[in-house]
Amino acid sequence: MSARTNLAGASAFVVLAAAALAAPAWFVSLATIAFANALVVLGLIVLWRAGLVPFGQALYYCVGAYTVALLARWVGITDAFVMLAVSGLIAGLVAYVVGFLLARYREIFFAMLSLALSMILYGVLVKTETLGSTDGFGVATPTFAGYAPHREALGLALYWLVLAVGALCAFAVSTYFRTTAGALAIPIRDNEIRIEFLGLSVNDLIHLKLVIAGVVGGLGGALAAMSIGHVDPNMSYWTTSGGFVFVTILAGASSVAAAFVGSLVFEIVRTVAVDLLPGFWQMILGSVLLLTILFLPEGLGSVFARLRGAPDRGAP
Amino acid sequence: MLTAFAIVADGLVYAAYLFLVAVGLTLIFGVMKILNVTHGSFYAFGAYGAATAAGIYFDRSLPDALGFLFMILFAMGIGLILGLILERGILRLVYGKDEVVIVLVTYAVFLILEDVITLIWGPRSYGAYQPMVAAGSIDVGRLTLSNYDIGLVIIAAALALATFLALKRTRFGRLLTVVIYDRETAAAFGVNVTLVYTVTFVIGAMLGTLGGAVMAPKISVTLGIGVEVIVLAFAVVAIGGMGSIEGALVGALIVGLARAAAVHLMPQIELFIIYGVMALVLAFRPFGLFTRAEPRKI
Repeated sequence: MSARTNLAGASAFVVLAAAALAAPAWFVSLATIAFANALVVLGLIVLWRAGLVPFGQALYYCVGAYTVALLARWVGITDAFVMLAVSGLIAGLVAYVVGFLLARYREIFFAMLSLALSMILYGVLVKTETLGSTDGFGVATPTFAGYAPHREALGLALYWLVLAVGALCAFAVSTYFRTTAGALAIPIRDNEIRIEFLGLSVNDLIHLKLVIAGVVGGLGGALAAMSIGHVDPNMSYWTTSGGFVFVTILAGASSVAAAFVGSLVFEIVRTVAVDLLPGFWQMILGSVLLLTILFLPEGLGSVFARLRGAPDRGAP
Repeated sequence: MLTAFAIVADGLVYAAYLFLVAVGLTLIFGVMKILNVTHGSFYAFGAYGAATAAGIYFDRSLPDALGFLFMILFAMGIGLILGLILERGILRLVYGKDEVVIVLVTYAVFLILEDVITLIWGPRSYGAYQPMVAAGSIDVGRLTLSNYDIGLVIIAAALALATFLALKRTRFGRLLTVVIYDRETAAAFGVNVTLVYTVTFVIGAMLGTLGGAVMAPKISVTLGIGVEVIVLAFAVVAIGGMGSIEGALVGALIVGLARAAAVHLMPQIELFIIYGVMALVLAFRPFGLFTRAEPRKI
């Protein structure tokens, strides 16, 4: 199964990379944002398989984004690869520290505490006037190991960067799912005490998941900041986290590809809805979420699984 | 000294506000184990309803006190209808699902209701300042206190007392306590849990709109007021212990006083002190101040 999945992933990557040359510029930038956000969703899937739903994942998104913005502003680094590495590292570090507290919680309390943590960051950013308070500030145009493109070339370069990082993370996460620590996610959701009887620490397993989700979340935020060209505290607000959870529910946790497809569908629907029915966006969002939970509790991904006649693998 | 007095006065007023918005949330969680994100919409509907009621009432030179009562009743009427529709129409379908999934359902309803508010009241903001102006203010030493704020503290205290008495002294209150402790045993003993759920949710919704109605005169009633309230109320409820009325009261007092102290002593930490306190409390008491530890099930 794994070889076939990897092959499918690789060919999807090549097709998506080539498609950008033919697609209009607005669609390329839409897909860039969608795939950057998909990285955060990827992290949510890691957690969701263990039954954890954080309402504060925007914390890492925001940390990644502000790291990129501040690297350019304070240190003068504009190289995209360096910025990415640093933001992934810092977001992972934040997740590691915060994890000592968060890994002890489950269910609602986990959701609430992660929400509180992201709101603390929001509060700090809003009060920090040197960082533009609620307005945020602009992000310097990234360069790529000396290559400094503009306008359309920049859009394409960013898209390919997002795609490459996305593919790497997707590969890494799906490899992680096949390791013992990753495969234990669903048993954790079902019954933790049994896992402790196996001699493993559930808290440590969850701590690792938190760090993975934090790193990919930070990378997603960093890429989003580069392609939007602006950061503001709303990136850490709880409604941003709510949006990521929304896409996760919509996509389902059956595979890593679901994160990317779900995120792209979400961005397209949003663009169309805001265009055709301005003022009804939240209503559409809410209705779709409600209908998904009522009729497709395992997400859109489960439809394809059912069509293929694949057995239910039991991901939530 | 003056600062200390101002901190206590401001803290009590803010605590009253927090208790009013948190009590309905904690009641619903205690009985139904639902973390109700829609509570923010109830608050917003209450505030908009009160503003509409104020618009209907106050241009006719009728007595002011009755106008305030009319605002509250109008708002709570909206809560009654909204609560019934939601519980019977949507939540009934998802009972028994994961707690986190039900949170998402209420989040979805919250998103829908946000746009319903725009549809009904439009994007402009409303004022319902008349009761606040009519109440006037008094001077205590060198501080000027608004009578309306004092009234708010009295309302919150009365509400706390009323919920306490209702839970301990009335038949329905005792039934609620039974359901809170063990739903299945209660059902086995013939308690009509479905009815208890519906009534609880409607009461919770009415408490949410009440919170919005009494706050409407103090704020500008505008889009997005529900969003902030939810996280605030969550923080208060999490500190006190989810589902505990005493907890909501203590949580509101802690957060209210902490925020007032921050505003007067270190204004730059005002926004995150609430969540800071919450994270601190949860680090030491993982399930809040007033909850029993749940036994782990194998």
